[in-house]
Amino acid sequence: MLNFNFINDRPIYIQLVEQLEFYIVSGKIPPGSKLPSVRDLALAAKVNPNTMQRALTELEDLRLIYTERTTGKYVTNDEKLITKYRKKFANAKVKIYFNDMEKLGFNTKSALDYLKSKGGIK
Amino acid sequence: MPKNPTKSKLTNHPPLIECRNLSKIINQQIILNHINLTIPRGKIIGLLGKNGAGKSTLLKTINDLIVPTSGQVLVNGQPIGATSKYNISYLPERTYLDKTMRVKDALKFFTEFYNNFELKRANRLIKDFGLNPDMHISHMSKGMQEKLQLILVMSRQAELYILDEPLGGIDPATRDYILDTILSNFTDNASMIISTHLIADVERILDEVIFIDQGKILLTASADDLRNQHHTSIDEIFRQQFKH
Repeated sequence: MLNFNFINDRPIYIQLVEQLEFYIVSGKIPPGSKLPSVRDLALAAKVNPNTMQRALTELEDLRLIYTERTTGKYVTNDEKLITKYRKKFANAKVKIYFNDMEKLGFNTKSALDYLKSKGGIK
Repeated sequence: MPKNPTKSKLTNHPPLIECRNLSKIINQQIILNHINLTIPRGKIIGLLGKNGAGKSTLLKTINDLIVPTSGQVLVNGQPIGATSKYNISYLPERTYLDKTMRVKDALKFFTEFYNNFELKRANRLIKDFGLNPDMHISHMSKGMQEKLQLILVMSRQAELYILDEPLGGIDPATRDYILDTILSNFTDNASMIISTHLIADVERILDEVIFIDQGKILLTASADDLRNQHHTSIDEIFRQQFKH
């Protein structure tokens, strides 16, 4: 089952978009799969159905999901698009790593060397 | 889709609730001060204010339990009356259950009193909350009584649910469970007004918030838009707004 966590400091629908996006790019919700109904998703996330609807509309604008008029909402089959969003998440992680390492006194090169030394990169 | 379309609904779709220039003065004290408010369909709305801000008085006025000094309340474009009361399920701030009853007597009472009471839903919730139908209400703790009352109110098929401080006597561990129950037993297209000062516990389920202070509406806004604008929680915005 999908798990969601929220903090109250940021719009709930934006956090929903981010977490659903992550489930899609990580394959936990596979390409082409049918999404549960808005109501069921809202219950799973313990949010108001209107908030879930707003998040899904946003994901639809990002073309990560689409609506079949009679049968419901589906995750895109467009692997290129999914890869693009996966890279977006990966870039954010990398940025966090280098920022944090910089605070610890590493420069870009020494942070990269350190990562390699940990076997993170071949 | 409205469940009971009336002529007026089909012609001009009036809002679910409209408060027009509502004022209440008791002993020369202004309790409600020219309140203009519209409650749309299909939304969960938080009515947020300090003690004595006028929350309960406003909710009682919408329920026709208090006659306003001036102004009026319209439900589906009609003045409040028997039809509006049928369509509004109200949880008052104080319990009104007959303490001599057992849980199952209260269920029977509600079944007989309200055509739109769903006994099946109520029985399921009684079980979910671990209440015993044979238990005497007088033997139940304050929290258990509040749960029972909430179950009774949520088991009616209504257009509007008005919950006045539904979590006050309920322990924090159970509050989340109650909110989930509210969400999952909430009819599509119905609306809900929740008055509370436990904002942090409730804010995740709110579509919109109304800030009320000294009988005046200070603000009505979408909860997520407010968070976006202030980069913080509704709870924090409220605390800043009403700092002493």
